[in-house]
Amino acid sequence: MGIYLPIAEISVNVFVLLAMGAAVGFLSGMFGVGGGFLITPLLIFYNIPPAIAVATGANQVIASSVSGVLSHMKRGTLDFKLGGVLLAGGIVGSTAGIYVFGFLRRLGQLDLFISLLYVVLLGTVGGLMLVESISALRATRSGAAPVLKKSGQHNWIHRLPLKMRFRASKLFVSVIPVLGLGAGIGFLSSIMGVGGGFIMVPALIYLLKVPTNVVIGTSLFQIIFTSAYTTLVHATTNQTVDVMLAFLLMAGGVAGAQYGAKAGQRLRGEQLRALLALLVLAVAIRLAIDLFVTPPNLYSLSGLGLN
Amino acid sequence: MKGMKALATVALLSLTAAPPAKAQTPLTEGIQIGLSTDAVSITAGFSGADLTIFGSLENPDPLVARQGRYDVIVVLEGPPKPVVVRRKDRVLGVWINLDSETFENVPVSYSVATTRPLQDITEPNSYKQLSLGASNLYMQPADAGDSPATIEEFTAALRERKAAAGLYSENVGGVQFLSQNLFRATVRLAPNVPVGTHKARAFLFKSGLFIKESSAQLEIRKSGFEQSIFRVAHDYSFLYGVFAISLAMVTGWLGRLVFRKD
Repeated sequence: MGIYLPIAEISVNVFVLLAMGAAVGFLSGMFGVGGGFLITPLLIFYNIPPAIAVATGANQVIASSVSGVLSHMKRGTLDFKLGGVLLAGGIVGSTAGIYVFGFLRRLGQLDLFISLLYVVLLGTVGGLMLVESISALRATRSGAAPVLKKSGQHNWIHRLPLKMRFRASKLFVSVIPVLGLGAGIGFLSSIMGVGGGFIMVPALIYLLKVPTNVVIGTSLFQIIFTSAYTTLVHATTNQTVDVMLAFLLMAGGVAGAQYGAKAGQRLRGEQLRALLALLVLAVAIRLAIDLFVTPPNLYSLSGLGLN
Repeated sequence: MKGMKALATVALLSLTAAPPAKAQTPLTEGIQIGLSTDAVSITAGFSGADLTIFGSLENPDPLVARQGRYDVIVVLEGPPKPVVVRRKDRVLGVWINLDSETFENVPVSYSVATTRPLQDITEPNSYKQLSLGASNLYMQPADAGDSPATIEEFTAALRERKAAAGLYSENVGGVQFLSQNLFRATVRLAPNVPVGTHKARAFLFKSGLFIKESSAQLEIRKSGFEQSIFRVAHDYSFLYGVFAISLAMVTGWLGRLVFRKD
């Protein structure tokens, strides 16, 4: 069944979009990420113009994050204070990102920049996660006790000034890296159409040493607001948010997410992380291939200005 | 001065004298086209369509018509817009957009329907003079200072990309004579046909010679729900953004209620 997307201005198949949403929702529920990093590239592979894929991806991320946050609120695994500080940074980063987005679009380099960012970030994060989770899997298989966070262990981040206490996360840390992390994620959110969970989660775990059970809920909490802000700014400055497209993805996504979350509970943490790492790497490799393979058409057309 | 005036009067006289003279020789042919509607609406399910344009020849010579020496070319031309053509080149193994050329007033779409293949109707030169056919459209570069070779290369690419997108199309045999006077032209509307004022033009050729042209306007617009969304997104973009966010939040919340598994 075809449907005409009012903003993307093309006809697409409803069932393809619903299935896409459901598949990504399943994975995002399983791994506790928004799924924006999968949705946006998938939309681009499906010939949705990258600018619209990004803005609509950000909109779709809100739905899956709300759905996820509700279950974390029930379990009490959400640090509102940490989320709030991350968010303050996120708004600044998002605003900067929107301007860079518009600038690159006028320059004709937006598609390249989006692809490069995806390849570099997904490649790095996926690679690191894979290495870490494999060594964790080996450690548990050989019977060694998992290495726990040592309370006395401090890195350079913990020597920064302006310390703040985050009770729910059992954390006493400077606000500078928290704000910086938020800003970085906000920037990526507006340029890549992602919530940034795939960076936020490892960063909170490995850099700030936030307990893993609080990380996902808190990251989802702040992602709701960052992507809501990104959606709003894209809607007002670029008019690239397609609600019809977003709604179809969400509808599939929220259904898939709840099933995914249940499936995720049956897998162990390190197995889950290894699988997520493989998935992230697969997307990165797919996008990298597109960058290096001779494109079927060397020429492309675009209108002047924003559209 | 006096001589000049006299000449002008003579010219005027001969002009006024023309109609009676015309009555003796066969009447010149004309062409008219009519659209059943002056606006076409695109709805949600639009996946391209054929637009039928009816037209008639005025005063056709029955002999020429019987021998099939009348040819008609019908063009549906979309609104002109500036277009940027970009070329990817390899830099350190990565393909990136490097060179670009901007063209002014490029018809967004250009569908042609003809009675016979274009090359059989008339000479390439007359097409050029009429600026008729996708390959004869003049694409005006915004920066005329670029080398002609570059402009030519990007012009060719522009036509090729437009054709690949189905926006520039040619329907040979798309114009059929239903009788000596009446013809029907079928032009293709691509699924991504641009909205705006389109111009339908019909060209009449007799034994390879251009005789007359006639044109009509056609408004293509989006209709229904999609059009409302599009308009709101552009006119009330802030409210639209708020709506998109609310929709996402409600969907997320409902999804959790309906599908919860824990």
